[in-house]
Amino acid sequence: MNWRSARAVFNHEMARFFRTVWQSLASPVLSTVLYFVVFGAAIGGRIESVEGVPYGAFIVPGLMMLTVLQQSVANASFGIYFPKFSGTIYEILVAPTGWIEVTLGFVGAAAAKAVLIALVILLTSFWFNGVHIAHPFWMLAFLVLTAIAFSLLGFIIGLWAKSFEQLQIVPMMVITPLVFLGGAFYSASMLPPFWEGVAKLNPVLYLISGFRWSFFDLADVPVGVSLVAVGLTILVCMAAIRWIFLSGWRLRE
Amino acid sequence: MRPIIDIDHISKRYDSGTVALNDVTLQIEEGEILALLGPNGAGKTTLISIICGLVVPTGGTVRVGGHDIRRDWRAARKMIGLVPQEIALEPFETVIDCVRYTRGLYGEAPDDAYIEQLLRSLALWDKRQARTRELSGGMKRRVLIAKALSHRPKVLFLDEPTAGVDVTLRREMWQVVRALRAQGVTIILTTHYLEEAEDMADRIGVINRGELLLVKPKDALMGEFGKKRLTIALDRPLAALPGALQGRGLALSADGATLFYDYDTRAERTGIAHLLADLSGCGIAVRDVSTKQSNLEEIFMSLVEDEPAESQEVPA
Repeated sequence: MNWRSARAVFNHEMARFFRTVWQSLASPVLSTVLYFVVFGAAIGGRIESVEGVPYGAFIVPGLMMLTVLQQSVANASFGIYFPKFSGTIYEILVAPTGWIEVTLGFVGAAAAKAVLIALVILLTSFWFNGVHIAHPFWMLAFLVLTAIAFSLLGFIIGLWAKSFEQLQIVPMMVITPLVFLGGAFYSASMLPPFWEGVAKLNPVLYLISGFRWSFFDLADVPVGVSLVAVGLTILVCMAAIRWIFLSGWRLRE
Repeated sequence: MRPIIDIDHISKRYDSGTVALNDVTLQIEEGEILALLGPNGAGKTTLISIICGLVVPTGGTVRVGGHDIRRDWRAARKMIGLVPQEIALEPFETVIDCVRYTRGLYGEAPDDAYIEQLLRSLALWDKRQARTRELSGGMKRRVLIAKALSHRPKVLFLDEPTAGVDVTLRREMWQVVRALRAQGVTIILTTHYLEEAEDMADRIGVINRGELLLVKPKDALMGEFGKKRLTIALDRPLAALPGALQGRGLALSADGATLFYDYDTRAERTGIAHLLADLSGCGIAVRDVSTKQSNLEEIFMSLVEDEPAESQEVPA
């Protein structure tokens, strides 16, 4: 394990984030604020509270999760795909740097960016919705663990992708629908029993549920299950990345 | 002395059946400049890529500084710097950040004094805050060299370092390479410019169709395969070669004004003295005499053209 290598990749990725700070930070924050305005302030005023929580506040954890998932996947997948596209991946492959250092650097940076954006959104939400956080430690823990899990997933997508189209297709066709159907804007308990059962097949529901619990003490599924779900996602993704680097799949000839 | 790179029966066969390298064995001594010559697709880049860890061999072993590139890959790779054939740089990054990043990737502590010295030696210091996309092609190549040297490697691979570079920049690059050798860096370069190999290399290896045809010290190669040509300008043109001069390996130019005589410089007798005497005996007056050593390009072409034209495809 070489910490300097991991730090070099991390700093390199963070420098790219700060070079394009308007696109990286301001753009997702602005999009989420628009959700607050439209769903929270405008439509939310006409919706009854959900399980005792005003609708404008209820959607805050879901919207934060939506952003974290999208940003984690996008940052990590682009972070590793761009060197493949530009050819600079060679210097990572010829360096005395193992898969764990490379993953720590890229995934750590992608997760850090996503968490940073989510925290800015949270600060903004205080102004719009006056959100109260019941379990601040667990809120932060769910935020960081989810960002890591989905950055790992994004990293795999970036390693797998052979074109910009492939890079976009999984986040667009899989991740975004899962988030929207995972209870970002509603509680699974509001669905008819059959669809509630179907919704529970969606892994993202467990993440949003755990995260919402940390805010309001309300959960669609037990919090322990949410933690296991995110932990399992991290382990499976780590195993897949280890295999990709050791076998050289889509990296080495 | 133990070689710094020990390549032992390395082969690379792709799933398609194409053999990129076939049982290549080669030792490279510390501090030498080895030039690998070969036509496109000969296997030069594959060989370099295997040593650097970009391509996984299907057979054989490689040791760098005594470290096996697969079992002890961290120690082996720490000794190597690679300048790739294609210019690959992050376009929006500054020159100095690029070089610092590569040093960090190799696990080295930041050393701005060394980075400054490196950039100055490559005439890049004034451009250190420029984004790489703003640089000329020659400067980009020098940035690639700076990145490859950022961790002070013992061995530097230069894959076609001067491809597409104009003559002035090419000569500048050669000066850089010579300076590196003077510092004790072992250099392995592939090139299409035979002039480059002839001018810089200590030893020359010729690869064709995945086979290493030969590796020899440059001077020995030139001496062994090189022929000299004696050109004799005649005072008056000849209609034909006189009978007394037939069968002596002489050739007459189309205008009859020049005679050509190829001879082996290593032969005990070159036959030049007898030839000049015989010309005089035949009453042929000589106006001028000159000699020319055949160059590496001619030697290379003769070696590659002598190879049987086999298919690279291997039956499944």
